[in-house]
Amino acid sequence: MGPRFLLLLSIAAVSLVSFLFTGHPQASWPLGQMDDYLLNILILAGINVILAVSLNIVNGHTGQFSLGHAGFMAVGAYGSATLTQINSKACLASLAFLGNAAPLGLFVLSLLAGGVLAALAGLAVGLPSLRLKGDYLAIVTLGFGEIIRVMIQNTEALGGARGLAGIPSQTSLGWTWGVSLLSIYCVGSLVNSTYGRGFLAVRDDEIAAEAMGVNTTRYKVTAFVVGAFFAGLAGALYAHFIGYITPEGFSFLKSVDVVVMVILGGMGSTAGVTVAAIALTFLNEALREAEQYRMVAFALLLIILMITRPQGLLGGLGRWLPGKGGKS
Amino acid sequence: MNEFLQQLINGLSLGAVYALIALGYTMVYGVLRFINFAHGDVFMVGAFSGMYFGRWLKPFAAAWPEWLFASVVLLGSMLFCAVLGIVIERLAYKPLRERPRLTVLITAIGVSLLLEYAGQLVFGAAPRGFPSLITSTSISGLGGLQASNIQLIVLVVTSLLLLGLHLIVMRSRLGLAMRALSLNPTAARLMGVNTNVVISFTFGLGSALAAAGAVFYASLYQAIDPFMGVLPGMKAFVAAVLGGVGSLPGAMVGGLILGVVETLVVGYSKLLGIPPGYRDAVAFVILILILLFKPSGLFGKTQREKV
Repeated sequence: MGPRFLLLLSIAAVSLVSFLFTGHPQASWPLGQMDDYLLNILILAGINVILAVSLNIVNGHTGQFSLGHAGFMAVGAYGSATLTQINSKACLASLAFLGNAAPLGLFVLSLLAGGVLAALAGLAVGLPSLRLKGDYLAIVTLGFGEIIRVMIQNTEALGGARGLAGIPSQTSLGWTWGVSLLSIYCVGSLVNSTYGRGFLAVRDDEIAAEAMGVNTTRYKVTAFVVGAFFAGLAGALYAHFIGYITPEGFSFLKSVDVVVMVILGGMGSTAGVTVAAIALTFLNEALREAEQYRMVAFALLLIILMITRPQGLLGGLGRWLPGKGGKS
Repeated sequence: MNEFLQQLINGLSLGAVYALIALGYTMVYGVLRFINFAHGDVFMVGAFSGMYFGRWLKPFAAAWPEWLFASVVLLGSMLFCAVLGIVIERLAYKPLRERPRLTVLITAIGVSLLLEYAGQLVFGAAPRGFPSLITSTSISGLGGLQASNIQLIVLVVTSLLLLGLHLIVMRSRLGLAMRALSLNPTAARLMGVNTNVVISFTFGLGSALAAAGAVFYASLYQAIDPFMGVLPGMKAFVAAVLGGVGSLPGAMVGGLILGVVETLVVGYSKLLGIPPGYRDAVAFVILILILLFKPSGLFGKTQREKV
């Protein structure tokens, strides 16, 4: 059994379980009844894994630098909440043929809607940004993220600056980890496929890649769209986990959080990034007492890491996925 | 018409602040080819150092005329930030000089976060009031135009600073070295330019201008907090791109244009149909438009990447 098969199997298992237990966030197989606090952290960790892995396809594998990931997450969160909270009655009515499963169907539909909307936003951001490289791209994506936030803030139908409350909490542990395993699988297979070599080529030497006939524009857009799609899914899951979303929650600092995960994990290493996302989620909780010092420490860590070990703390740890190491 | 002129005055004084910050971005980009993400936070430190220095100085300066007090605070804050800028460059950016630009960019983000959160620790998260350095009075001009004396002082002092900068860059030996370095680093080094000194000087100069901008900004808007540098920093970056990154006149013009456009959009929000809440998005929309239609900016030169 190859690792990829194992991964597929676990996705199948987790999705089956999540299907059985949706609507009962407390019933959290495989750990039985566990205390809510740990459960919440595990769900957050799963959401962070999706965010980090999806940002990694842009920042790590393709070598572009996006600072607007929170914007896509916001699109996913608000997009899905539009179905399940704002227009819930109409949506539920049109899904009445599902009987008791209507809320679940709506949830799945809203996840997909969040992902697709975010992917469209990714396309809209990706196309004009492609003329830019490096620092410029970073600032433009940051700008797009801020524009998305300002737009939500000024849209009364979405709750404006007050935020949107009363989103049904349907995200369970199974759903979160099902989607995050799916994202790991998709990103891993995409990058390791023949097609996916193009991403690495764009990262390693854009000019050479272009000269060899790689359509660099198309690869960059693809990376953006795929990354945004999963960020949208993460946002949708987050909205249905926390139940209350505000535009402030998707600010530039949220994007930086994800970037820190990707950098610590090692850009381009799916496994490293996954580990970093989980570790940082737990670390954040452990350091909640020392909240004030936490970000100072992270900032210092980022600077020291860049000077001494730019491939990331866990870079080069990704060899368990066939043919894919850390950034060479 | 009157209202338009009124908005223009407000916009220009805001634009002057953007221009001062934008110059720092542009100068650093000129010599090091990288965007100093932490520049907006140096601006924030400038405001706080102005506040603390002003408070400390107040008892000694009771007998001083107001303009002297204000200029000493301004110069003190500029000096402090110049040193800060040089230290940041030495500790964080210098070890990375030959590394990929992305590494330097991430480090700059790290420095930016460090300044923000260390600022939160030291200064507290709540907004603080900036002491008024000059008693604010309202000046009425022709046709009922109103401007505060602070707005006019900001415009005048900014022009003086820009003139000083122009003289330094165009007439001094260090300025000549700066220009040489931005033209061709290798050749400059071969001709005996001490690049380390020039880079430090550039950081110091840029940070001092940001501090001046911060003292003006704080005098105009009065409240300061550890995250105040984020948005003006990004907007000033947009101003630098608008003028063409690397071009000093470009940064000045870009800053003024941005300040005026932003103020006008808010002032005429009903007429334009744009809610005033979109104020902060204006700069980014401008940024995206420039990068789409004229990526080199108003005064910049197009550069083609070569192998």
